[in-house]
Amino acid sequence: MIAALAAGCGEMPAGTGGSATSAGQKIIVWHWMTDRQDALQELAKRYEAKTGVKIVFELYAPSDAYSQKVRAAAQARALPDIFGILGEKRDFAAFIKAGCVANLTRAMEADNHAWEDLLLKKAVAINEFKAGNPYGVEPGIYGVPIDFMTIEMLYNKDLFKELGLDPDRPPATFREFIEMAGALKAKNMPGLVSGWAEDWMIECLALNYAFNIMGEDKVLATMRGDVPYTDPDWIKVFSLFSEMRESGVLAEGVVTMVNKTAEQLFANGKAVFAFNGSWCVNVYQGMNPTLDYAVMLPPEASDKNPMSIWGNASSFMVNARSKNKEEAVTFLQWLTRRDQQAYLAQRTSNLPVNIECLGNISPILAQFADDVELATHPNLWGVSEFPLVTETLGRGIQSIVIGEKTPEQAAAEVQKVKERESLKKRK
Amino acid sequence: MLGTPPIRSNGYYKAKRVTLNGVIHLFLIGVAITCLYPLLWMASSSLKTQQTIFTDISLIPHPAHFENYIHAWHTGGFGRYFLNSIFYTASVVVGILVVASLAAYAFSRFRFRGRTVLFIMFMAAMMIPVPGSFVALFVLLNKLHLRNTPLGYILCMINVGLPMSIFLLKTFFDTMPRELEDAARIDGCSKIGMWRHVALPLARPVLAVVVVFNALNVWNEYLLALIVFDDKNLMPLQRALMVFRGEFLTNYPLLMAGLTITALPIIIVYLLMQKHIVRGVTAVFG
Amino acid sequence: MKLASPLKSTLENYGFIFPAVLIFSIFYIYPFIQIFHLSFFEWDGIVPFKDAIPVGWSNFKEISFQDSSWWQAVRNAGFITVVALTLQNILAFLLALACDREIRMKNFYCLIFFIPVVLSEIVVGMTARFLISGLEGADVVNRMLGSLGLSHLAHHWLSDPHTALTTVALVHCWKGFGWGFLIFLAGLQTIPRELYEAARVDGASAWETLRKITIPLMMPVIGLVAILTVLGTMQIFALIIGLVGGEFAGHTSVPVLRILASMQGSSRFGYACAQGITFGMILIAVSFFQYRLSRRAKA
Repeated sequence: MIAALAAGCGEMPAGTGGSATSAGQKIIVWHWMTDRQDALQELAKRYEAKTGVKIVFELYAPSDAYSQKVRAAAQARALPDIFGILGEKRDFAAFIKAGCVANLTRAMEADNHAWEDLLLKKAVAINEFKAGNPYGVEPGIYGVPIDFMTIEMLYNKDLFKELGLDPDRPPATFREFIEMAGALKAKNMPGLVSGWAEDWMIECLALNYAFNIMGEDKVLATMRGDVPYTDPDWIKVFSLFSEMRESGVLAEGVVTMVNKTAEQLFANGKAVFAFNGSWCVNVYQGMNPTLDYAVMLPPEASDKNPMSIWGNASSFMVNARSKNKEEAVTFLQWLTRRDQQAYLAQRTSNLPVNIECLGNISPILAQFADDVELATHPNLWGVSEFPLVTETLGRGIQSIVIGEKTPEQAAAEVQKVKERESLKKRK
Repeated sequence: MLGTPPIRSNGYYKAKRVTLNGVIHLFLIGVAITCLYPLLWMASSSLKTQQTIFTDISLIPHPAHFENYIHAWHTGGFGRYFLNSIFYTASVVVGILVVASLAAYAFSRFRFRGRTVLFIMFMAAMMIPVPGSFVALFVLLNKLHLRNTPLGYILCMINVGLPMSIFLLKTFFDTMPRELEDAARIDGCSKIGMWRHVALPLARPVLAVVVVFNALNVWNEYLLALIVFDDKNLMPLQRALMVFRGEFLTNYPLLMAGLTITALPIIIVYLLMQKHIVRGVTAVFG
Repeated sequence: MKLASPLKSTLENYGFIFPAVLIFSIFYIYPFIQIFHLSFFEWDGIVPFKDAIPVGWSNFKEISFQDSSWWQAVRNAGFITVVALTLQNILAFLLALACDREIRMKNFYCLIFFIPVVLSEIVVGMTARFLISGLEGADVVNRMLGSLGLSHLAHHWLSDPHTALTTVALVHCWKGFGWGFLIFLAGLQTIPRELYEAARVDGASAWETLRKITIPLMMPVIGLVAILTVLGTMQIFALIIGLVGGEFAGHTSVPVLRILASMQGSSRFGYACAQGITFGMILIAVSFFQYRLSRRAKA
């Protein structure tokens, strides 16, 4: 059995090719989603009972170890039939150009877009490369989303009551949010917790506010190099963080928290606000089922543009070199159908990508789902920033939050790195 | 009288010695407590629940959920991974004992071309980490058809422990008196015989140090195992712990139970080898 | 018979080292050559290697002249290493001295002091963070300071950028002193007791005995422990993630974390290899320098 599995990666005995699903065929899936492993295995059993095709879900965690394994396998051409790609759109493009990912546009658009229309538009768009994309990838859809998540703010209703605030009226503007700091300090309650030791989390909020203050077009123009990071609008974005720091609305040590620490603090009622993703529903449920909390958008800093939040989809890709491509695609189609999506949503408390299911989720998840329209993601923008610039941006904001840099200094640094990288003429 | 030092009684010296002893004991015990605390915290956390683990600061929780250990064992699939880890650790340790002692003996006792250069290369390996070597290793193992096999992993891990082990053993052999070997040679003993019957028995304490050092490395290793193995059934112990540390949700009490289960065998190995280890360290470094 | 002997002897010699050299060549030298080769390329680790872009020395130039975060990481690791060389080893030495005379409980202490070494860095990071952090945990350090009447010294040890690195260094010392303790204890036990007897008879104080007998005789051991400490400490990283979540805007950056960031965050595999090579060179230089120092001290 072990030998069969070892040989199974991409090698099938001759004679079973073709589109007929014969019993005894095996499809191997690599993924990193620890909390979904049980649910996925249950679904695999159901699929095998239905079609005779065996699906094997292999879990490799944590996600950075998974990432390394997938990259190593790509080099050795030893990828399994189905796998997920973690990383930025740039990395996704690289995998496609290396010939590792199958183009699924035809399957998606067959029967007048039957499959595509089942799914949340944004979830599909995250896996799509549009015509004229800067990565040089042939336009098309290259992945299948199986669930969705958005990142927003949350607040503790019980603590709101203690502070004498209306638990159904969270702060709607940035000004209101900042002014709550006084009340927080009086009652010695930590304000906002979030996993800001992790660069991407702090960038997420920064870009959310960037979209809010200057609008999507200007942000993308900055990434293309047409607008400098020292532009007054960007300084405004950076200044939000220094204002948060000075007012005291941030919890102490927020820059040393990994997301798990922040979750644990919020779940145990030790913080009033959290900035976290919809996966937290599962986490908080496990740590403190009595927690009374609600979802809110980050309080807007400007009324000129809508507030934006990040959303992402966990997706599976089909190995272009797999000998079981057809069966793999069929399985993924099945996975995104209503019954399976409902099952996944119920067992793992994540947002389903099947539109029909969105009406049937728990109330707290529904609060996340309601804001999906405002969701965006770097993978949707068609332009990407140099990774070094993004890193400098993240670290710059961390420095602002610790009080070591002024917004102007951080902006100047980011711009300097941007100019240096642009000169290198890297793709 | 002026100028004569006061005569101190025996009681004075005794009191001084007792106080000094007392202070030393306090110092030792103090440090020992700080060393034990994390172990105790780990064990006590493993008896709590996900809800209470961060809110309950007590060292002995009431109620104590001993069933967490049974839970952890099953959920983590510890049984299989435990056996795998024992197998890998034992194989790697035995492999290194043989390969490193042969090489160290040669570096110490024989003269041959390239002796210094080769030894320096091994030493340099201790200093130059190779980040990202896993990609090269993966491709290499794949070509050798050793990927996703126990042998592939074991060979890689033998390599990881080789430089330090060779260094320890060579240092010891260098200080080993030659009379016994001279006597053996006169009796017509071959080189292999000398290695087996003279050097190894004398080196037993150092071998104990090599055992513990490498056992620790292999037991706690995870990343290479994850990269080399596809098949879950071949994975070592650390894989079981990863099950508790999900992408988003960490099951802390079970994780702590798992960590305790993981830490115990190594502590036991150390306990068993302890007598030899101190002698071994003495032999090499003393 | 006589003629065949030298050849047979040489073959035997090489036979002894053959398994080690074979394994080493395949699993270390070969990847190392690849890494070395890769450091002259710009490669994201995903596209087939033939599409990697050769960039000559520019990766190394970038590290040397433009990458201030790299050198900050090296300085941080250096700081932790200096703390380890002093505090950790002094603690280990003192404990070894204390245990040297204490025959009864010695095995007990040898066991207990080695436990931090055995524990995984994740556990140590989590426990330490729990103990030290005020917001999330027991705030033990500040409470102890308070009970000693020193509450004005209370600090956010882990979340204050000025104290975070030092706190990490101290936790690292705690985790690592077990090896040093063992080695020092072994070394102390080889000092003949007669020397101490003679010193006592001559009326030497404890301090003089230490200075004139113990330390000079322990110099080779001290030198060795120093080299091992440097090699082990410079490669620290998992503990930092457990204690402060990451690089803390550069304050707790260390070289290994920087290399990982290049590999995974920026997908700059070639650059990561260049960083690895640079790091290796630094370690070799430091080890060489230490070796020379200990040779001169012995003389």
